[in-house]
Amino acid sequence: MATTTTTDFVSPEPSTTDNYLNNEKGLLSWLLTLDHKRIGVMYLFSVLASFALGGTFALLIRAELWTPGPTLPGVTADMYNQFFTLHGAIMVFLVIIPGIPAALGNIILPLQLGAKDVAFPRLNLMSYHVWILGACFMLLSLVLGAADTGWTFYTPYSTMTETAVIPAAFGAFVLGFSSIFTGLNFIVTIHKLRPKGMTWFRMPLFVWALYSTALIQVLATPVIAITLLMLIVERTLGIGIFDPALGGDPVLFQHFFWFYSHPAVYIMIVPAFGVISEIIPVFSRKPIFGYKFIALSSVAIAILGFLVWGHHMFTSGQSVLAGTIFSAITFLIAIPTAIKTFNWLATMYKGRIHLETPMLYALAFLWVFTIGGVTGMFLAVMSVDVHLHDTYFVVAHFHYVMMGGSITAFLGGLHYWWPKAFGRMYNEQIGRIGALIVFVGLNLTFFPQFILGSRGMPRRYYNYLEEFEGLHQLSTIGAFALGLGFLLTAYGLLSSLRKKFDAPANPWGATTLEWQTASPPPYYNFATPPEVTQGPYDGYENLEYDEKIRGYVPTKA
Amino acid sequence: MTDTTSETQSNSETHGHSAPPPGEPEPHEQTEAHAANGHGGGHGHSQYPHLAHHFDSPQQQFDAGKLGIWLFLVQEVLFFAGLFCAYTVYRAQHPEIFVYAHYHLDTTMGAVNTCVLLVSSLTAAWAVRNAQLGEKNKLVVNISITILCAFVFLGVKYKEYAHKVHEGTLWGHHFNPQHELWELDSFKSKHPESAKLAEKIAAIQFEGQPKRKGHGEREGSGAEAKAPAPKTPPLPAAMAGAADSDMKVRRIQSLLLQASDETLRPLVAAGIIKHNVLATTGLERPATAHIFFGIYFFMTGLHGIHVIAGIIVWIWMLLKAQRGQFGPNYFGPIDYAALYWHLVDLVWIYLFPLLYLIH
Amino acid sequence: MADSKAPSQDAPHNHGLAHTTPVWLLVSILLVLMFLTVLTVAVTSFDLGAQGNLVVAMVIATIKAGLVVTFFMHLAWDKRFHAIALAAGVLFLILFLAMVVADRGEYQIDIDRHGEKYPFKVK
Repeated sequence: MATTTTTDFVSPEPSTTDNYLNNEKGLLSWLLTLDHKRIGVMYLFSVLASFALGGTFALLIRAELWTPGPTLPGVTADMYNQFFTLHGAIMVFLVIIPGIPAALGNIILPLQLGAKDVAFPRLNLMSYHVWILGACFMLLSLVLGAADTGWTFYTPYSTMTETAVIPAAFGAFVLGFSSIFTGLNFIVTIHKLRPKGMTWFRMPLFVWALYSTALIQVLATPVIAITLLMLIVERTLGIGIFDPALGGDPVLFQHFFWFYSHPAVYIMIVPAFGVISEIIPVFSRKPIFGYKFIALSSVAIAILGFLVWGHHMFTSGQSVLAGTIFSAITFLIAIPTAIKTFNWLATMYKGRIHLETPMLYALAFLWVFTIGGVTGMFLAVMSVDVHLHDTYFVVAHFHYVMMGGSITAFLGGLHYWWPKAFGRMYNEQIGRIGALIVFVGLNLTFFPQFILGSRGMPRRYYNYLEEFEGLHQLSTIGAFALGLGFLLTAYGLLSSLRKKFDAPANPWGATTLEWQTASPPPYYNFATPPEVTQGPYDGYENLEYDEKIRGYVPTKA
Repeated sequence: MTDTTSETQSNSETHGHSAPPPGEPEPHEQTEAHAANGHGGGHGHSQYPHLAHHFDSPQQQFDAGKLGIWLFLVQEVLFFAGLFCAYTVYRAQHPEIFVYAHYHLDTTMGAVNTCVLLVSSLTAAWAVRNAQLGEKNKLVVNISITILCAFVFLGVKYKEYAHKVHEGTLWGHHFNPQHELWELDSFKSKHPESAKLAEKIAAIQFEGQPKRKGHGEREGSGAEAKAPAPKTPPLPAAMAGAADSDMKVRRIQSLLLQASDETLRPLVAAGIIKHNVLATTGLERPATAHIFFGIYFFMTGLHGIHVIAGIIVWIWMLLKAQRGQFGPNYFGPIDYAALYWHLVDLVWIYLFPLLYLIH
Repeated sequence: MADSKAPSQDAPHNHGLAHTTPVWLLVSILLVLMFLTVLTVAVTSFDLGAQGNLVVAMVIATIKAGLVVTFFMHLAWDKRFHAIALAAGVLFLILFLAMVVADRGEYQIDIDRHGEKYPFKVK
């Protein structure tokens, strides 16, 4: 595929008025839309805005950690606690958990299924508005004296602290229902709205990933909902379930909390796996290797993910018996994850690699996620975790998987599907440079944190020993570089929106159904419901690049 | 394969010109009628006013909704799971709290509520049948009875809650029972001997202490008949230390040693006296008894909120039913509402024995 | 669509979208449920040991639940996947309870020691 600098390219055919971005105008036509694509776009911008807010807190944290002791003027230790609480709560509940499913999944899932919409469009809209409501409560907490408990809300501190825990917990409670309804919607859509000929094993891997994620969303999220409700009731009515001063049990809270929050991290990463599974075959011009294994490994991860929550509690007073069981099962989860990674590599082997921005992110993912995943295995070993728990090692691990995993894949998917969703090609040069800066920034920020952690630097600490200053400063530089990378990437994407529609239906030469309709799609998605007669990654050899439209068309054979 | 891709590709280029002739409006087949007009205005859809544009047939729409509501119910099971877990944990480790507390609950009211919900489940399931057969009047009756039963349930619950407020058996720091266990009718009727023994011991234990004000002994009780339980100084949970002389303790222990195992057992089970009789220096309430009531109010309260939500849904269904909207091709909402209602019933089926029938 | 055709072709004789439960069945199930409720209450007057009564009560409750789910909630005639979904939910519930109760049993001794040192008193 020729490299494209598409700043002034104009589509050979004028954009029509029945594409979903133009068919209706006005704010209400967006806020009250039932079109999954519009809902997805609204989620996208909401999630990106939340990411910017959470990222601002991250930069405040890193700036504060430039030197030991107080660094930023006016920032006290208590305020620092609020920073990392808000950073965590916003990133987890507002950005990464909804992230790929709500923003990308909503736009793309029905298109990949050749369907007109998701199964329950009104529920979909409600999911979005519930998300907004949850976000409002989170912001309310910010305003009323932000919670300082850490995003994990551990008791008994969270039942005692004077800060605004209740709005934050209630916000997360509300956001949980947004997640549940999205998951429910996707499961029914995938069961009921597949096109003729698309058996389960002809579904794109992104669909498998969204399905597995949805299973987790429906089964696990209600548990955090009740847990947060119990926390709120404990704070207001003093029931005494978690507070030892009232005869309660604080470790019980941790069991309840992590029963959801561990599967939650799989909600965060499994869709990312799906995105990578979409990108790699296309940009290697080769069908995915081991389709069934990748598909089923998503389901396996979803199920196994429910059995390992205690590995967050090795040092909490949980019994050694329980710890051993959890540790052993955690080792098992590495297997399906590794299967995926090897299959992606095998897909690229002897393929014709194209290094457009989505592929750059996918390659970055492979590197960064592997580091994150393997360090997770270190933490799964109880004897090692006793030393590393609550240190920066853990912080580095989860940022490698969440930032290096979920966010990297999110950005890759965003670039991949951007032409489809918005009908314009983003600026490829800016995209590539942005990807590079993000990759460097990410590693520079978080790799030193592995070293910090293994040398004993505790997490959530405002103050630290002199000897850690150098590594902290490296990390802070990295964080600001990362921020710069994100800003540049955002600019590259958003500036494309000023252009006229110039993207062809299939700029990348992919074979899944969403590329068989116009970019951007008409509001009804497909003129004729497509029929599927082959696997989702078959047929690269039947597509050829057409210079005129700068996209792929079927070979005229 | 290539043909398919090029066909749909060219379709999207030239915007769906290839409209095959509209098929007969056979509702159960995927027609190509609405292929011509992508947003579902084809013949098949106009025949079914309640068929959404993105579904091909009423069957598909109904099946999708059914799967959706079942997933919602699964989610609800896991929502209540946390509370059942808290219950299990505390009951496994502190059975005496549960034994102690259940005497404060009225089994009859609980059983009545169980039966009320079971009847409402019948009428809900019957309503689904009515909707399927298009029997509008019977549908309206059955929905109405369901709503009525729901209100009866809430009424009984309110009575129970009011009694508890009166009695002082609330959560956390508000736990201030007006009657000791052995003073309760439910305990006295079940274990008369044990109650008598406890009274004798209490008489010794609180010799010389001012009599606590009970229900009928409030000052100025006339005007305050409806006031909540007075804030008498609550007895400390462990009253054992109140036996302020060795003499008292010895008298109490001799009473305990003379009593038969059968008489002692209910008191031990309820945490009033310790297992080891010789270590007992008096009667005491189990220290964390309030946790039971915290769990009780949380579980029944959350269940009650679900009942209220159910009432709202049923009223909405009633309005739709009265307008004659339901029939053999469209009865999904009644079906889904009934499924939700059955779940509310199911939760209560477990709550009843767990909270009211503790032995 | 994968599911749109088949069920309707096999729709029962009344051409509906789903099976219709006969009234006699609904009423019979209610009577059985009422009976079981009475039984549950009656059993409490027998002492079957500390755990015995609980087990019996739970068994009866599960039978009742099973009847409601199978007949009132229609699972007997519904798609198998709904039953699987429900079973999965219940399975996870049991998993959750089992692990937490087991773990709590193991560290209960720490709580007891804490309770002895700092006995709780209602203020």
